[in-house]
Amino acid sequence: MIWLTWRQFRVQFLVIAGVVLAAAVVLAATGPGLADDYRAFADNFIKNLGFARLNPVLYQVGLALLYAVPPIIGAFWGAPLIARELETGTHRLAWGQSISRWRWLATKVGIGGLGTIALTGALSLAVTWWSSPIDKAINAGQESNFYLPRMFPVTFSGRGLVPIGYAVFAFALGVAVGLAVRRTLVALAITLAAVILIQVLAPSLIRPHLMAPTDQNIVASADNLRGFMISGPGPDAQIKAIEVAINAVGGWKLTDETVDKSGKVATLPQWAIDCEPNGPNRQETSTKAEACFQRLAAEGYTQHVRYFSADKFWALQWREFGLFFLLALALTGFSFWRIRRDLS
Amino acid sequence: MTAALQAHGLGKKYGRRWALTDCNLEVPSGHVVGLVGPNGAGKSTLLNLSVGMLTPTSGSVEVLGEPAGTQQAKVGYVAQDTPTYSRLSVADHLKLGARLNPQWDESLAQQRIQRLRLDPKQRAGKLSGGQRAQLALTLGLAKRPELLILDEPVAALDPLARREFLQDLMEAVAEQELSVVLSSHLVSDVERSCDYLVVLVDSRVQVSGEIDSLLATHHRLTGPRRTAKELPSDQYVVTESHTDRQSTFLVRTERPILDPAWSVTQLTLEDLVLAYMGREVQPERPVLEVQR
Repeated sequence: MIWLTWRQFRVQFLVIAGVVLAAAVVLAATGPGLADDYRAFADNFIKNLGFARLNPVLYQVGLALLYAVPPIIGAFWGAPLIARELETGTHRLAWGQSISRWRWLATKVGIGGLGTIALTGALSLAVTWWSSPIDKAINAGQESNFYLPRMFPVTFSGRGLVPIGYAVFAFALGVAVGLAVRRTLVALAITLAAVILIQVLAPSLIRPHLMAPTDQNIVASADNLRGFMISGPGPDAQIKAIEVAINAVGGWKLTDETVDKSGKVATLPQWAIDCEPNGPNRQETSTKAEACFQRLAAEGYTQHVRYFSADKFWALQWREFGLFFLLALALTGFSFWRIRRDLS
Repeated sequence: MTAALQAHGLGKKYGRRWALTDCNLEVPSGHVVGLVGPNGAGKSTLLNLSVGMLTPTSGSVEVLGEPAGTQQAKVGYVAQDTPTYSRLSVADHLKLGARLNPQWDESLAQQRIQRLRLDPKQRAGKLSGGQRAQLALTLGLAKRPELLILDEPVAALDPLARREFLQDLMEAVAEQELSVVLSSHLVSDVERSCDYLVVLVDSRVQVSGEIDSLLATHHRLTGPRRTAKELPSDQYVVTESHTDRQSTFLVRTERPILDPAWSVTQLTLEDLVLAYMGREVQPERPVLEVQR
């Protein structure tokens, strides 16, 4: 059965394996140089990165590949695995041999699943390793408006274990959907759409609930102010909200809201418009803003922030990976249940 | 001797429609059984239940004395439309059979492929319908089963390929001493190859038995008009038709026909099958095709 599975699966496998291998070779070739630069430039590492044009490209290609692999594996490995057999009737040929349906399914899912873990794992390892100097420099506080901390949603899904979890989930989803709808193309489309949707929604809908974030109340000041939202025309502008920096460098801020002294969520009073930085007359504004911030503090207004600090990266990675791995197991359980029932 | 196929009150329901109802059947082993009936009569359902591809809604089916689906190595199955992996070559299919069957007979498989002049390197998707059916049959035979079940194996083949396939099957049966159950909607296929008949119409078994004894016990009686009730009780009326003065009965009986008023004619297998199929046929139902 292993032979047959491999014989049917090898083309799809080799295509993705080829891409992963090519990416891994390029990353392996350029990675050591990047690591050397990191040691050589130390605090100026990120500033110097831009001189080699290849680096930003590789950084993004690595991320893009890790985003692309799960939906592709789900749609092109998972969905056709059973659906194509059911569609062409070849499952009846296979089941007419001396092999049980469970073994048949277990071999197919086993080989596909291991292939998924191996390839996504290898790619994620390569990308994570290649990017580690950049991630370290960013987490150490080096400024950049191109590279994001690895805790940020976009980067987080393209590092470590999470892509493997997504890919395994996508594969199991494809298999289960294929078994349920029995049409290769339909299963492929559903799987592709569902996995992409999960990738888009997981950071905002699932990830914040996987761990308890850090809660903190921060007194806004001219120094830690990071955002100032106003609406309306010039002189009568309304203040909407302000944002502050968290002390944790490289952390991912989930919420940032103004609370009053009783701890309730509040809107800022209108006079807080004076805190607006960078007015036309800089000197004057800055004294006015100073007074404004003092008044905010005196009246008990603080910014309540929730965030995941950078050191929770691996704990959060494991949890998200674990969640999707469990979902994959549940979907596979469904597939094993379904295969025992009538399919002819 | 255990029965090749045995069904008790077997029924299968798809949604709200019964594809097979209250099927009682006992087919002794050592026969080539023809399962005939119009399209949609439940032939495929019965065979799929027998190989464990489907599970019964009611009743039970036993194959070679064990519940269906439990002895995969002993039961060969050639599915409807003889599916093959279109991207795999002929040689790959044999390898598949060798890897998935403990009693695989490699020399038999190779001999058959050579005799059929199939190119081992050819992809199954490029084979003709007849060649594909032959390949599927080769897989079924080289598995060395005790019972081989074929679901409409020749339905998609032209008359020549049809005859070759059945001839080839008969030769293999003679060599290997296996029981065969094959379904067809054509009486001619069954006439050519089978010695046991099961007629399935409208999801029910109408008649089953050895073809010779079925032909010996069925008669067409033609004579002066009378009703079915007037016939002796040991004569089971299959069909009757009447004109003003004359009655024609098709009866089944173990005893000789003694009434001199009747002129008795022998039936052909086709007459017999048609009689059983025609009994309840409504106009919209597909009628048995006859092909010679």
